[in-house]
Amino acid sequence: MGAYHFNWFLAWQSFPRFYWGLALGLELAALSLLIGSVIGMAGAFGRSFGPTWLRLAVMSYVEFIRNVPLLLLIYFAFYGLPKIGITMFDNVWSFVVALSVYSGAYLTEVFRAGVNSVPVGYTEAAKAVGLMPWQRVRLIILPVTFRIILPSLSNTFISLFKDTALASAVAVPELTYAAEWLNVNTFRTIEAWTFAAVMYLFAGYGIAFILRRIERRYAVIR
Amino acid sequence: MLHDMSFALPQLLRGLGVTLEIGAIVVTAGSLAGFVVGLSLLYGGFAVRLAARLYVDTIRGLPVLVLIFVIYFALPAFGLRFSAFQAGITALSIFATAHIAEIVRGGIDSIPRAQMDAAKAVGLTFWQRLHLVILPQAVRRMVPSWVNVAVEIVKGSALLSLLGIIDLLLAMQNVVGVTFSPLPFYGLTAFLYFAVNFTISRIGGLMERRFAYLKY
Repeated sequence: MGAYHFNWFLAWQSFPRFYWGLALGLELAALSLLIGSVIGMAGAFGRSFGPTWLRLAVMSYVEFIRNVPLLLLIYFAFYGLPKIGITMFDNVWSFVVALSVYSGAYLTEVFRAGVNSVPVGYTEAAKAVGLMPWQRVRLIILPVTFRIILPSLSNTFISLFKDTALASAVAVPELTYAAEWLNVNTFRTIEAWTFAAVMYLFAGYGIAFILRRIERRYAVIR
Repeated sequence: MLHDMSFALPQLLRGLGVTLEIGAIVVTAGSLAGFVVGLSLLYGGFAVRLAARLYVDTIRGLPVLVLIFVIYFALPAFGLRFSAFQAGITALSIFATAHIAEIVRGGIDSIPRAQMDAAKAVGLTFWQRLHLVILPQAVRRMVPSWVNVAVEIVKGSALLSLLGIIDLLLAMQNVVGVTFSPLPFYGLTAFLYFAVNFTISRIGGLMERRFAYLKY
């Protein structure tokens, strides 16, 4: 042990790097949640109301993605896509693509559970007052679904935020990458990883706290 | 292409072996330790409960990758020397323990309190109550989540490739680096991971049916 000299000043000096890394991680998670929700919503409706081939396609997508490591998808998006002619994504965007496809599979299940848990009576009542199919979805099913799945959405957001740590593997400058940078450049190993860990914990539990309050505000039963 | 395959397949299979080995060790260690921590969460004294809660919530609040890097980079600075493999196994086991502890706690907590009271009333000791009354009911409720954690562990083991452990993912990268044909090998690797995890899920499904109250 004796050989290690703590120097918190160096870590403190590079605090902006950590701070902006954290901000980037949150942005990436939010963006992936947004794109993933669109995929998830489409997937849920395809899975619940689509023709057989579409159901099968959505089911295979969900099962496949949920059983494959995220890091493999990230590598595929970053190293694999350019090889098949898709060169428009840099490391940040290829990560967003990978995380969105990944979260889309989980969110398909979330939205499906939500759509299926809207009571049949709601749809029937909407039919009875003469709403068109699209109006039923937009005015009745989606708002109710949204309220039901809000807790799952916020859980997904927090786990996506933790998954953004993997972006450091393709050199996206988020929080983990900041810790790696500090570690490699100053050898302040313990300080670097303590900083990153504490920031992840604070951010994670802080977001969880805020989201729980929002959930309570929109809860079906108060 | 055929030549590439004959070169790549043994490497990928060796990687798959390492991935399976990591998975088996971590799931076993995590289940044993998680069981103990889960029981501490429920039945420990105040200090034990607090320590267990702090441990579980801290680990569950951190990305696995950060945990892996903390164990791999930061602990040697305290004079603890690990090989990459040991560090990776340790980090994943710490992660698995926290998650399984929470599953054990949830499973036992979901058994109605009256069961414990009834077992007390017929004069069973604590361990008898646990072993004969609570656990047989609780374990079947833990199976689905436990299987999920096992799948997460196999997926998480891919992160150990970042420490230079040649698991399936790093084997794939090595193969792609030599053959310059990414797509078939990305596909094959994804398929192998899928096969492993799908098998685990299937076995979990069988276990659920085996342990269910009602048989159809």
